[in-house]
Amino acid sequence: MSYYKPKFQHPKLPKNELGYTVADYDGAVSTLCAGCGHDSISAAIRNACFLSAIPPHRIAKLSGIGCSSKMPTYFLGRSHGFNSVHGRMPSVATGASVANRDLIYLGVSGDGDTASIGMGQFVHLIRRNVNMTYIVANNGCYGLTKGQDSATADLGSVGKYGTKNPFDGIDLASLAVLQGASFVGRSFSGDKEQLEPLIRAAMAHRGFAFIDVVSPCVTFANNVGSTKSYAATRENLDAMPIDFVPMREEIRTQYKEGSSQTVTLHDGSIIHLLKARKDYKADSREDALMALQKANSTGKVLTGLLYLDPNSQDLNQVLELASKPLNSLGMDELCPGSRVLKSINEGLR
Amino acid sequence: MKQIKGVNDFVVKFANVNGTGSASANHLFAKAIFRMGVPVSPRNIFPSNIQGLPTWYEVRVSAKGYLGRRGGVDLMLCVNPQTMEDDIASIEPGGYFVYDSTRPLAPHLKRDDITTFGIPLTEMCMREFKVARLQQLLKNVVYVGALAALLDIEFSILKDLLNDQFKGKEKLISPNVHALEMGYQFAQENFKCPLPIRLDPSVIDAPHIRESKHILMNGNTAAALGAIYGGATVAAWYPITPSTSVVDAFSKYAERMRIDPGTGKRNFAIIQAEDELAAMGIVVGASWNGARAFTATSGPGLSLMSEFLGLAYFAELPVVLIDVQRSGPSTGMPTRSQQSDILAAAYASHGDTKHVLLFPATPRECFDMTVEAFDLAEQLQTPVIMMSDLDLGMNDWMSPPLEWDDNYEMSRGKVLDADALDTAQSWGRYVDVDGDGICYRTLPGTHPDKGAFFTRGSSKNDMAIYSEKGEDYVQNVDRLLRKFETAKSYVPVPKVHDPIPVAKPKTKLKLGALFFGTSASPSYEAVEILADEGYPIDVMRIRAFPFHESLDAFVHEHDLVFVIEQNRDGQMRQLIMNECHIAPDKLTSVLNYSGTPITARTIARQIRQALNATSADIVKLHPETA
Repeated sequence: MSYYKPKFQHPKLPKNELGYTVADYDGAVSTLCAGCGHDSISAAIRNACFLSAIPPHRIAKLSGIGCSSKMPTYFLGRSHGFNSVHGRMPSVATGASVANRDLIYLGVSGDGDTASIGMGQFVHLIRRNVNMTYIVANNGCYGLTKGQDSATADLGSVGKYGTKNPFDGIDLASLAVLQGASFVGRSFSGDKEQLEPLIRAAMAHRGFAFIDVVSPCVTFANNVGSTKSYAATRENLDAMPIDFVPMREEIRTQYKEGSSQTVTLHDGSIIHLLKARKDYKADSREDALMALQKANSTGKVLTGLLYLDPNSQDLNQVLELASKPLNSLGMDELCPGSRVLKSINEGLR
Repeated sequence: MKQIKGVNDFVVKFANVNGTGSASANHLFAKAIFRMGVPVSPRNIFPSNIQGLPTWYEVRVSAKGYLGRRGGVDLMLCVNPQTMEDDIASIEPGGYFVYDSTRPLAPHLKRDDITTFGIPLTEMCMREFKVARLQQLLKNVVYVGALAALLDIEFSILKDLLNDQFKGKEKLISPNVHALEMGYQFAQENFKCPLPIRLDPSVIDAPHIRESKHILMNGNTAAALGAIYGGATVAAWYPITPSTSVVDAFSKYAERMRIDPGTGKRNFAIIQAEDELAAMGIVVGASWNGARAFTATSGPGLSLMSEFLGLAYFAELPVVLIDVQRSGPSTGMPTRSQQSDILAAAYASHGDTKHVLLFPATPRECFDMTVEAFDLAEQLQTPVIMMSDLDLGMNDWMSPPLEWDDNYEMSRGKVLDADALDTAQSWGRYVDVDGDGICYRTLPGTHPDKGAFFTRGSSKNDMAIYSEKGEDYVQNVDRLLRKFETAKSYVPVPKVHDPIPVAKPKTKLKLGALFFGTSASPSYEAVEILADEGYPIDVMRIRAFPFHESLDAFVHEHDLVFVIEQNRDGQMRQLIMNECHIAPDKLTSVLNYSGTPITARTIARQIRQALNATSADIVKLHPETA
């Protein structure tokens, strides 16, 4: 790992429409192992926020515990972050989101943090359709405690110590589709071309956007026989590329008719699904589940935008929250005053 | 036969079957006495059950305004054959027994030292009412009518209350009033009314209660109103008896008082979480973002919330938790009252943690302290736990009316906005600029390039940079301790009352009593009982943890201090010993942990016993007092 990050910026680094360079979206230097897939995800998040020209301070980063949950320190240094407790980031994000609906919430978690200790909160986060992006850096093992199998490790995958995992893995993407998530994607940390637009689309989506990112653990699960090693993931990758056009940009690329599907988000952003498949519509849960099951049964890692409902009602809408963030309301809006209290007293006599 | 006598001074207990509508009729009875201006304290003693199990309702009438339980029953009204044997046995000699005489009383249940009144409640209702549900419900109203005659309750007040109760359901008024009259007439015609125990609103020994225009309300509703008035915008919770009605009431009031008049949208969010872990997580997240957020729970929920309480302590986030205490884990005794979460709350979570606790004793205090809890939490940037209990939370208490100062401003504590960040020369989240242990906070989204930091548990330095250095950890937790010292000057001070003069004291020992919450009312009463017997006892009511320095002084000024509380292990006593460094022999526990609220008689008896048993030891400890 590096222990120093130069502060020097090339004077001609391109700026986004807010005048920020990509370096303005950097965080502290990573303390993860050299070659860790998670660092590529951090870079993809940084690039996605830069390209979408999101003001860094309007993003709130949240995480649980584990290697994955250390990541938010390593990107978006100008954003507030919250490293909460193991498996409980979903509830913290839920509270933060209803308290200030104006910020953009980005949750980063891992397979242990989400699929084991945090499974209960994760499912309920989906159920409530909290307006946030939730990324799982999924390597099938517990890195910080030195390589135990996690609940997403595939059946028969071989761990670092040579033993085969005897349990079926939990497929978080299938679970999210089934539980009613309004945006579900899967990607691979080594596939920047797909991961960046997917993150941008997720952050533009109103409602709960989930991205399961296969992110190999170079130290504990990159061995022969591991189904989540770089080599195995590359070999079995079945990627559906996407292109993301934010609402402010004009559409420049023309795709050949029949080769892509187009989905428009609530804010007017457009997602192009390239190499679209005839039997697959991104707005169909049935298609998504079928495709995921088919890929799973043939040992393939299907990636791309798997499901999207651009018109879902997020939690803030369901709760009919005022448009002004709750954390900014003053006594005038909150306190009924002494006269009302007097009449309450009267009613209790 | 001797009969118990007493004007405005007796205990009536109702023995009912759960789910038969008895609670609202019994409430009608208590509320009528309250409206007559006579001090009354009702208590619902109910099972964890929706229908079928025995349930009791105890109404204490006290001319002097004692609102705690006295102990003993003067008049028992029994419509539940399941428990009749025990219920009859519990009546004081010279007391009264009223029962449904549709079925004759078994000969072995007859007592010749009490007066028995049979009213054929079932038979009367079968005859008069056609609808089966009404036949059952109105039995309760018939006996209230009979008690009105026996105890001299103003009949017109009962009718007014029925009119209030059934506003909008007028069809129900006439059968209810009819049932009342049936009972009243039956008693007038068949018994000598009124009894030697009776009501007389012209005789009141506690004029302060009438003058202060008391209200009758429960602590949970008062706490919910406190959250509304204190500006809480986010409530997250998981249903658990006996705290459920806090959020129920918050929801009811918020739907009325927190709807934006222009848009019809809500200026509040209530989230029913999947469990207490998540409920507290939601509160932590909302507080992190600067909203006033709270949750309400009871013992098992407190256990689950411990993890997040520790995080909030170390991450220095304002969190408000209302703990309505009950007894025991699992099925426990969820509908029984205790004060048994004291230690679990004071030291909740792993690592070195301590939390600010508030101990309300009346609904008015539930209201005031909930507002104060939000201010304290934000000023101190730490969790504040209000320790209520089932007795206070779910029972109606006579309380001074709620008051509100329209000049109130929320104390948001040390929070830097964008302007403050621009003008600040330097800033570090955990730098103790003022020396009081409280540092300056920023909220997410405040400033484009200043004030952002990473909130985490304990591995950080004062600039909020990740650190595992020993000295950084020590510096941080020592500052947290300094902050806890600062809290002592922020929290409500204990209440001390002038001692009751005792002409010829039977002891030279300087005696003191410490108590809190629902133990207070019966403790004050017990102290008066003991003063009459020649034992002067000074009292202090604890209202917050960390303890005020006057508590330390109080203990040191007395030879023997009784700590009166409702748990097995004397948890408040332990907390005092631990925090004030007091020798164990100085503090004697007075305890009740049966699940029913402690009574004045229990307290007086235990103190008498302790004085007899320990006087020899005390002499050894303090020879100068012998």
